[in-house]
Amino acid sequence: MPQVTLTVNGKTHTVEVEARTLLVELLREKLRLTGTHVGCDTSQCGACVVQMNGDSVKSCTTLALQAEGASVTTIEGLAKPDGTLHPMQEAFREYHALQCGFCTPGMVMSAIDLVEKHPQGLSEHEIREGLEGNLCRCTGYHNIVKAIGAAQEVMHGRSATLAPAHAAE
Amino acid sequence: MNAPVVFEGIGASPKRKEDLRFLSGRGNYTDDINRPNQTYAVMLRSPHAHATIRGIDTAAAAAMPGVVAIFTGADMVVGSLPCGWLIHNKDGSPMNEPGHPPLAQGKVRHVGDIVAVVIAETRPQARDAAEAIAVDYDVLPAATSMAAALAPGAPLLHEGAPGNVCYDWHIGDLAVNQAAFAQAKHVVEFELVNNRLIPNAMEPRAAIGDYDRTTDQHTLYTTSQNPHVIRLLMGAFVLQIPEHKLRVVAPDVGGGFGSKIFHYAEEAVVTWAAARVNRPIKWTADRTESFMSDAHGRDHVTKAKLALAEDGKFLGLHVSTTANMGAYLSTFATSVPTYLHATLLAGVYTTPTVYAEVKAVFTNTVPVDAYRGAGRPEATFLLERLVDVAARQTGIDKLELRRRNFIPADAFPYQTPVALQYDSGDYQSTLAQALKTADWDGFEARRAEAAKRGKLRGIGISTYIEACGIAPSAVAGALGARAGLYEVGAIRVHPTGSVSVLTGTHSHGQGHETTLAQLVTDRFGIPLSQVDIVHGDTDKVPFGMGTYGSRSLAVGGSAMVKAMDKIVAKARRIAAHLMEASVDDVEFDRGTFRVAGTDKTKSWGEICLTAYVPHNYPIEEIEPGLDETAFYDPKNFTYPGGCHICEVEIDPDTGICSVINFTAVDDVGRVINPMIVEGQVQGGVAQGIGQALLEACAYDASGQLLSGSFMDYCMPRAGDVGTLSVATHETLCTHNPLGVKGCGEVGAIGSPPAVINAVVDALRDYGVTHVEMPATPAKLWHIINSGRRAAAE
Repeated sequence: MPQVTLTVNGKTHTVEVEARTLLVELLREKLRLTGTHVGCDTSQCGACVVQMNGDSVKSCTTLALQAEGASVTTIEGLAKPDGTLHPMQEAFREYHALQCGFCTPGMVMSAIDLVEKHPQGLSEHEIREGLEGNLCRCTGYHNIVKAIGAAQEVMHGRSATLAPAHAAE
Repeated sequence: MNAPVVFEGIGASPKRKEDLRFLSGRGNYTDDINRPNQTYAVMLRSPHAHATIRGIDTAAAAAMPGVVAIFTGADMVVGSLPCGWLIHNKDGSPMNEPGHPPLAQGKVRHVGDIVAVVIAETRPQARDAAEAIAVDYDVLPAATSMAAALAPGAPLLHEGAPGNVCYDWHIGDLAVNQAAFAQAKHVVEFELVNNRLIPNAMEPRAAIGDYDRTTDQHTLYTTSQNPHVIRLLMGAFVLQIPEHKLRVVAPDVGGGFGSKIFHYAEEAVVTWAAARVNRPIKWTADRTESFMSDAHGRDHVTKAKLALAEDGKFLGLHVSTTANMGAYLSTFATSVPTYLHATLLAGVYTTPTVYAEVKAVFTNTVPVDAYRGAGRPEATFLLERLVDVAARQTGIDKLELRRRNFIPADAFPYQTPVALQYDSGDYQSTLAQALKTADWDGFEARRAEAAKRGKLRGIGISTYIEACGIAPSAVAGALGARAGLYEVGAIRVHPTGSVSVLTGTHSHGQGHETTLAQLVTDRFGIPLSQVDIVHGDTDKVPFGMGTYGSRSLAVGGSAMVKAMDKIVAKARRIAAHLMEASVDDVEFDRGTFRVAGTDKTKSWGEICLTAYVPHNYPIEEIEPGLDETAFYDPKNFTYPGGCHICEVEIDPDTGICSVINFTAVDDVGRVINPMIVEGQVQGGVAQGIGQALLEACAYDASGQLLSGSFMDYCMPRAGDVGTLSVATHETLCTHNPLGVKGCGEVGAIGSPPAVINAVVDALRDYGVTHVEMPATPAKLWHIINSGRRAAAE
């Protein structure tokens, strides 16, 4: 069986996989990183989004072998070792931007990439368009959009702390 | 305890206790669980909508690498998946109730019906082997639509259901109803479809069967909204496993919206097969399987007529509905078009007579059952569209027509002509608040401004009611329910004063770990961090009926209140003993026991410790410990209601309809956590907008599911749902101890007619009285362009 060597959340792994094994299967079943979810089989829902070499990718549509030599960050790798949340995670909590939590890891990973790629800042409309590849059935997106809007201010250093949700209403 | 205490009780919006694990990838969903020595199951599903099975050849598949076992219907002869509600026909006879075997017994009746299960060491091995099974089908003609199933000579799905009819039921006094129509000045007649939907919770269903031969203990991990009900249905009816030998665990569940209430074949298959192969078996649906095996929702075709007096007062309503059951009866299916639909047809209006008849039909499609709102969205869509059509036909303003017919705020309790007694509501106030928030009066200026930009702007309203907090057991039983619908709460106070709550409800996004804990914080005066909610495990929680019908707080929360009452009563006796006072003189208020009128007090912590270290204790009178359980059976349904207003803009060149503003003012009774209530309503409204503008389940005439993936079934995305303005207006429920009504379904119930009323309003110059859901760009473009052509001619 072929082998793949990749770094996940800062730790290097060498894993035997079938040629057809998907990156998400490697993460969930071989490395037991079950925070990355599978919500569909047509690359539509985005529950499986992780960062690979600084870009967000859908790990359900990436072969494990394509990750050879790659550096992958999953939802488990976002918080600091002391447990301090990434500003995007904190914003989702503050703004009640998650309900069942299933789409959340992919949504957070997509949102971080979206914000990082737009240092000039995103309008509400741009955030909504930028979430095209992520489905949420619970929230109606209203609070997700607000959370991302608040998180980008912290991520780009325009604000030291997250604007409280009730003040933003 | 001198630090300033942030109030976390009833009415506060603390951040959710469950969020940290979900945001850190530490959720524990069914597919995240792995049992030692686990195998994987793949279901082989029928590619045909209707066929007899002449033979199944599994020999080649069984010889493939990693295959542990293959079972077909010939191997798994067990009980039928049961239906929970018995409905009677107009003549009093019981409905036709054909069986639903977990694995097909010689015949398949919808695309996705399970023919065999392959169990292998890995999922890919199981999938490969499933493809190697040869099934010899004799394909039969299919009846996919209700019209096709009811046509003379239609293919027959079940021997026990002649004409493909499940039941032909009615409610109301037809003679009284006909008399009302005879007096009417106006009769408004209308036909509409409530489009079939696919729930699509983001977590696909999954199940793990586990078996311990040494103890004869079965365990099922499953994506369920109600693990105790699954234990009851699967244990008692399908597999004959007694409750004490069957544990059902529903861990974190990634959304349900009704689709995870029901007992599904795959749960029985993995539980049964795990005992045969003596190894754990995991099955996880891929999304394609979800589309063809999760119960679908809605799918009603209705003819309605409304009788009005000259002044616009509603005199009577007559409704004939056909409702699609799909190929088999799912757990709640039969109750949805009857007791969850027809009983809501009085709406918020004083209509003195309502007659409704419902014919339920079998078709070669996936079973149809409750989906967020379940029956009540269908009733609301019908009524609120009908009122708009009546307003246009009579020339009475649509707001005025509603106001004239509202049940007045001083008329409660109000007995409707269709069985329900509403306890409270104030429809004029929710309407007034919504009109103000939405700036209804400023709309014509906005329409004119949009017209200058070439856009068609419309505004629509819906004033609705629903019945939830399901359900008083005696009432439900009289209506055909085969189970009680009470709820159970156990309050386990630990020696140091922290609390575990064991609740029979189940959270799959609703935030119960926070909201239910707030009830305890509010009552006992302990911080939220000192309260944990335990749910979703039949070995931990005494009993329960689960979460659906917006019942968790109204029924489950009330059970907790009853259990807390018992805790406080016992704790006061302990406090009275310690303070050498009469029990009657001991008051308890948020953490402090006090002898009335004195400065003698004992803290919550002291009493809890004493209960478990009973050195100085009234041991002759009461037992040690502080652990109480209560069952709560509601006295009535609860009746949330409110007003939704939608404003849309249609681009005549593309047909694209954008939701510009959406305003919801809902009366959900007392609000425990405003942040969570807003989130629930926002999510429900998004699903309603999805139904109105985007989502359509489509089959072709041969029974193939055309909308079988997210590429084909249009789910609402962030760009499809605009900013949602959500507010509440409280009138308290009068019959439960919390005054709560429920908020989970209001968004999905009130919103679809508001959206379609807005679409029709936007198209008012095109001679349109109705647009069937979903109002897709193609549909709207054709309406606009045929209108343009007509105008040009």
